[in-house]
Amino acid sequence: MTATEPATFKSGAAGSAIFADSDSRKYRYFEPRGKRATHYEDVTVDVQPDPERYLLQDWIISFANGKGAYSKDNTAALSSNWHLFRAPDQEWERTHYQRQSKIEAMVQAVIANGRKAGAPKAFDRAWIKVLQTHLGAWKHAEFGLGTALMQAQRYGYTQMINNATLTNSSYKLRLAQDITLYLAEIGMDIPGFDDEAGKRAWLEEGVWQGTRHAVEAIMGATDYLEQYFAINIVFEPLVGELFRSGFLMQVASPNGDFITPSVISAAEADYERNLANAIDLFHVLVHDAEHAGHNKGLFQAWLHKHTVLAAKAAAGLQPIWSQPHSKPVSYADAHGHSLERFGKILGELGLDIPRE
Amino acid sequence: MTNTLTLNKITAQKGIPVAEAAKKIADLGWNPSYVQEAMTFPTDYKITKAPRDPMKQVLRSYFPMQEEKDNRVYGALDAALRGDMFRNVEPRWVEWMKLFLAIIPFPEISAARSMAMVGRLAPGEELRTGFTMQMVDEFRHSTIQMNLKKWYMENYIDPAGFDITEEAFGKCYATTIGRQFGEGFITGDAITSANVYLTVVAETAFTNTLFVAMPSEAARNGDYALPTVFLSVQSDESRHVGNGHSMLMSMLKEPENHLLLERDMRYAFWQNHAIVDAAIGTFIEYGTTNRDKNKESYAEMWHRWIFEDYYRTYMLPLEKYGIKIHHDDVQTAWKRITEKNYVHKIAQFFSVGWPVNFWRIEAQTDKDFEWFESKYPGWYGEFGEYWKWYEKLSHRGQTNITFNPDTGYVYPHRCWSSMVPCVVREDIVTDTIDGQLHTFAHELDRWTAVEAFAGEYQGRPTPAMGRFSGRREWESCYHDWDLADAIKDLGFVRTDGKTLVPQPHLRFEQDEMWTLDDVRGFTLKSPLITLRGMSEAERETHLAQYRAGFTINPCN
Repeated sequence: MTATEPATFKSGAAGSAIFADSDSRKYRYFEPRGKRATHYEDVTVDVQPDPERYLLQDWIISFANGKGAYSKDNTAALSSNWHLFRAPDQEWERTHYQRQSKIEAMVQAVIANGRKAGAPKAFDRAWIKVLQTHLGAWKHAEFGLGTALMQAQRYGYTQMINNATLTNSSYKLRLAQDITLYLAEIGMDIPGFDDEAGKRAWLEEGVWQGTRHAVEAIMGATDYLEQYFAINIVFEPLVGELFRSGFLMQVASPNGDFITPSVISAAEADYERNLANAIDLFHVLVHDAEHAGHNKGLFQAWLHKHTVLAAKAAAGLQPIWSQPHSKPVSYADAHGHSLERFGKILGELGLDIPRE
Repeated sequence: MTNTLTLNKITAQKGIPVAEAAKKIADLGWNPSYVQEAMTFPTDYKITKAPRDPMKQVLRSYFPMQEEKDNRVYGALDAALRGDMFRNVEPRWVEWMKLFLAIIPFPEISAARSMAMVGRLAPGEELRTGFTMQMVDEFRHSTIQMNLKKWYMENYIDPAGFDITEEAFGKCYATTIGRQFGEGFITGDAITSANVYLTVVAETAFTNTLFVAMPSEAARNGDYALPTVFLSVQSDESRHVGNGHSMLMSMLKEPENHLLLERDMRYAFWQNHAIVDAAIGTFIEYGTTNRDKNKESYAEMWHRWIFEDYYRTYMLPLEKYGIKIHHDDVQTAWKRITEKNYVHKIAQFFSVGWPVNFWRIEAQTDKDFEWFESKYPGWYGEFGEYWKWYEKLSHRGQTNITFNPDTGYVYPHRCWSSMVPCVVREDIVTDTIDGQLHTFAHELDRWTAVEAFAGEYQGRPTPAMGRFSGRREWESCYHDWDLADAIKDLGFVRTDGKTLVPQPHLRFEQDEMWTLDDVRGFTLKSPLITLRGMSEAERETHLAQYRAGFTINPCN
């Protein structure tokens, strides 16, 4: 048994020998969005391959209809370069866990401290009913949107689109669970608290049926980008923020509740990030060199379909504003802010507010 | 004696029991009545019983737990740099990470995508939380592995290959082996792919060799970053195993699923064996410099993890639910590893193709020979001369083994099913699909491609089942190309425009490194195109010779 021993080396560390590309210390198969690749880009771009980029042998397993693992026609939107989009929130696993974990710590600390101080017992009686019924119903809306996004993250044509959708789903499902556990916990301190009232309202009460219809329409859409668009561009400003910021965040404390705004505030910050991601993605598509016109028309159609539903949902919620004892904000004002916000978002994308 | 007071006891307040919390969260779902969810992921399975969530964990405890795990991982990476890990790391090992880490983030993120598929198919909402956590876990795995690769690129002596990683993943002659694995999680029948192939077999059985056995070997080679990352990854797998098992139990309730389950368990086990054992077996046995005879060989680890742990305690008990388990498949896989030298022949294949890879493969030497012989008696007689040839031909100006008639090596056919070559030559079979001839490494691979991945299985329509597609034989892509032109087309040339990214040695001096000029003048051939071009009689003769194998000539 003889074979020549290999040449010895002194170290496996960078810089211990100089040869061609011994200093090539950056990924060099994609164009960064800015001057230098960000950490997010390094861990995200091109992990989901594309036969039009580097996939020499094409997709090697197909569905029975002949389509490969990912195909462009999973959405009606068109792009001359699906790889252009980068999520402005730059989320990857580490930042995602850090953020989600901090939110959970904050939410739990607020609830625990509030309960220790006996705060839930001091909530206004009418407000308790609002919480058990309407916040209780709202958790199902968040859950529905989270599951729709979980579905959508399977279909996008690039890793950047799918990961932004995935983190959006994760945020929504966390919020749905946070609300569920929050209500269950304060329910232990409030005699007679009905933890089932929220689901009953969601399924049966008139005020919530418009919202449920709008959410189910998003869950039932088969175009993943339509789902992402309908949630972040339409439903969130017209219904989500209206109820969270325009009602819960402002009405809670005048009714003796300083806990709910903290639980909900995380969701508003989540949405700021998800909105930035969504606007960037749809901005790329409405300014596409080849397909801008097509995309604008398509988005306008999605906008119409989901705005009708969201407007009905928002109108349906109006009676809730009159249920608390203390009413620091009117539905009309909250709704006005919501429409203003909606207009600004559409302005970013050059889309017109649907007439109706 | 008074009870000791603690801060916890003073400040504790009543909370919701875990089971109660999980129950409330499972009640978040409802049956839509305004608009029905579209069933966009086809399956031929019937699922009526809602699966149970065995873990009963909620996101409130999940996120902090994961952040803590991350803190440990990133802390360890910082410590590794402070401890000058790369000064003592074995380049033979890190070079193989260029291949491994090019492949693995794609199967990981595919697993995240596949949670959409099972999430919607499972009735009830109890397991949805489990699927949600798995989705985020897989996002974690994919990006944490990309980060590890970037870290190697920034700190290891030769970053070439890491710097083109995802491009190389799409082009290299070996990476479709990993892509078959990842695409298998997300394409075709949703239950076949996202439950049986991914969770019931890959995660439950083979992540043990991937994420437990391999990190041990990394540590033996001075690399304690990989174990830190991958053992953290593996710690998420127990939840995934629970998800898969719960879904499986729901499917078992329907007798009409049993035939499909038998098919899918068979396909998934065999293909996981073919793919994972090929890749991980090679990394562990040939990527190491540690030749401690007291450590377990890959075969011994396989026996522990796959045979004893998975086959005996997970697969066998399924028989009591009426599922036919193919014991002979497990035995055949075991014999391929122990008697037919599967892993060693795959290592040969990887090394033969070094010019069209994107990492360095070093020759095995005397120290390695002794270890192999002690662990696999008879190894030296079959593979010793080969590796001596490899070392001899690793110097510039020599002719690569594939094109060198002196060596006696015969380039293998590619298996149309697993993408791994037909290295156990006596087992090669052929068949036709849509009138086209294909080669398969084993009868079970033929069965997988021809019978399992079809629109009908044993007389039962299976409209949701996927199909094998694409340009599956890599060699067909470069049939009749000059080797140098193919390497340029692949992008496996360093930025000086001439030095190759791959090298058949670990010599880091520039003048030792092969360039395009050293590989020009050799024409690549596709074994499959060549076979298809033969007359029937020529083909029979060729296949008979192929089955008879080859003998490596003595290397003097």
